[in-house]
Amino acid sequence: MLHYLIRRLMIAIPSLLGISVILFTVLALAPGDPFEELATNPAVPPDVRAHLRASLGLDDPIHLRYISWLTAMLRGEWGFSFVSRIPVEQLILQRLPTTVAVIGASQILALAIALPVGVYAATRPYSIFDQIANTLAFVGFSLPTFFTGLLLILLFSIQLDWLPFVFRTSIEATGWRWWWEMVRQSIMPVAVLGLFQGAAWTRFVRSAVLDVVRLDHVTTARSKGLPESRVTMRHVVRNAMIPVVTLVALQMPAVFGGAIVTEQIFRVPGIGSLLISAILANDTPVIMAVTFVFAGLVIFFNLLADVLYGWLDPRISYR
Amino acid sequence: MSASTTDPLLSIRDLRVHFATDDGMVRAVDGVSIDVGRGETVCVVGESGCGKTVTAMTVLKLIAMPPGRIAGGQILWQGRDLVPLKSDAMRSIRAKEIAIVFQEPMTSLNPVYTVGEQIAEVVRQQEKLGRRAAMDRAIEMLRLVHIPNAQRRAHDYPHQFSGGMRQRVMIAMALSCNPKLLIADEPTTALDVTIQAQILDLLAEMKERLGMAVMLITHAMGVVAEVAQRVVVMYAGKVVEEAPVRELFANPRHPYTQGLIRSIPRIDLAATHHHRLEAIPGTVPSLLNPPVGCRFAARCRYVTDACRAAEPPLREVAPGHKMACIL
Repeated sequence: MLHYLIRRLMIAIPSLLGISVILFTVLALAPGDPFEELATNPAVPPDVRAHLRASLGLDDPIHLRYISWLTAMLRGEWGFSFVSRIPVEQLILQRLPTTVAVIGASQILALAIALPVGVYAATRPYSIFDQIANTLAFVGFSLPTFFTGLLLILLFSIQLDWLPFVFRTSIEATGWRWWWEMVRQSIMPVAVLGLFQGAAWTRFVRSAVLDVVRLDHVTTARSKGLPESRVTMRHVVRNAMIPVVTLVALQMPAVFGGAIVTEQIFRVPGIGSLLISAILANDTPVIMAVTFVFAGLVIFFNLLADVLYGWLDPRISYR
Repeated sequence: MSASTTDPLLSIRDLRVHFATDDGMVRAVDGVSIDVGRGETVCVVGESGCGKTVTAMTVLKLIAMPPGRIAGGQILWQGRDLVPLKSDAMRSIRAKEIAIVFQEPMTSLNPVYTVGEQIAEVVRQQEKLGRRAAMDRAIEMLRLVHIPNAQRRAHDYPHQFSGGMRQRVMIAMALSCNPKLLIADEPTTALDVTIQAQILDLLAEMKERLGMAVMLITHAMGVVAEVAQRVVVMYAGKVVEEAPVRELFANPRHPYTQGLIRSIPRIDLAATHHHRLEAIPGTVPSLLNPPVGCRFAARCRYVTDACRAAEPPLREVAPGHKMACIL
């Protein structure tokens, strides 16, 4: 097992290198220049600008720039933001907890909906409950998050004025009041992300359970005189969890990506909004670092999916 | 208490099982009566789709309801009718009194639990034993069905066993609560021929040791000849003939039974020239719209107009020998 993990992590190194090469090249080829603003600023003379560019190494050929970025990365130096001059790792660490909290809560909400509803619907296929759950799930994942997000803001913030629609990190309160404010402002982004994901997973859980329900070993379990609840939990749901866990783990990085839109709508100061503002400002070190973090997440969750799969299914062995 | 010794253990009486399909009502089992006495081995024979598996599954109410439905009849277990029984009461019968072994050992075990856990699960459920004691019983059962290194193998998963070994595990599981009746639904069909013989031997040995009755569902007349005491021949959802095994092979009365016996490959005849294995022409009629009259009429070589006019009732032609044919 340990051997397998080490080997998988070794394989991850070339993938990360490949990702960084592509990212760096694309960013270098992209139009725009972090010094655009300085160019239009009459207070900065052109020779000062040229000097600045040279000192930052921006005029070097692309492969030299890549190598210097890579060697710095290997030493653990993520560089400074072109715009704010703050070290990149500090920026990311500032933003990451908010994103993780919002996404984490929304994924828990999604699972809390998808698992019971999907299982219950699948054990009573084509019942009224199943039909309603199916319809709602279909509506849920057909509506994009930017639309439901705006709808919720219109309803709960503007019409009813119950919830704030701008997410603030600096809440001037302590103790319970701080938590209360945090929960209040998290409700809408968490609901939007969680309901969307929950709708998709409900359908997936339902079909995974339906696949298992008709298998022979479920009849065997029933022939043993087990109560129906035990048959469902131990012999149906347990087996159906194998594909579900894999899907959930594999989708996690995509959820981070999808959360960018939601973060933008609710002004959640997370890693997604950091990426968007960095792209708009041509802030190469920040873009590189954030996308690198995303790439790392993809690799991590892929590995996690494989490990969980083997843990859930004894037929899989690690070699 | 003389009644209880002469009463059959299981008495299926005029059982009717219907399935609702998109095309209409399928009468999978249409008035079947089968008795199984204490310690007796009864074989139920017939082609695929004749309703024998549905009959077996219905005894334990393991058919999917809906679309399935018990449309009539009784299933008397030691005199008590199982048909109106609530699911709680039914559960206490399963595995404890009537156990079942299925056709497909490859898919009948849950792949995510060890075989020991799966056997122990029945014991814990039905005998209320603790985890430890149940596992000990599981290992003991595995030993009983001749699985080598039972102690160690109990912690292996189903995929680590061959088909024949898995069927042994299924039999160990079915017998772990000492049932009075074992229903074996084509237990050897999915196995290699040499393994088939081993499983049949095992069933016979278990029967001798534990003294339970066996209801063996099969389509292989060779198997019937080897293990049965009494034989029930089914055709298109009905019983067409029933007799003690010697009587049936010596004196088959129904044309369908005669056809089944003629279609057994015979090694002595195969060696002689110009001998072709005889098959029954045609196929089983649709149970959606069964023909009026005898259901075998379309395939019968002795068919008369009377056969097509009315359904022949099951009648006794010799002591213990019943058949449903006008001839």
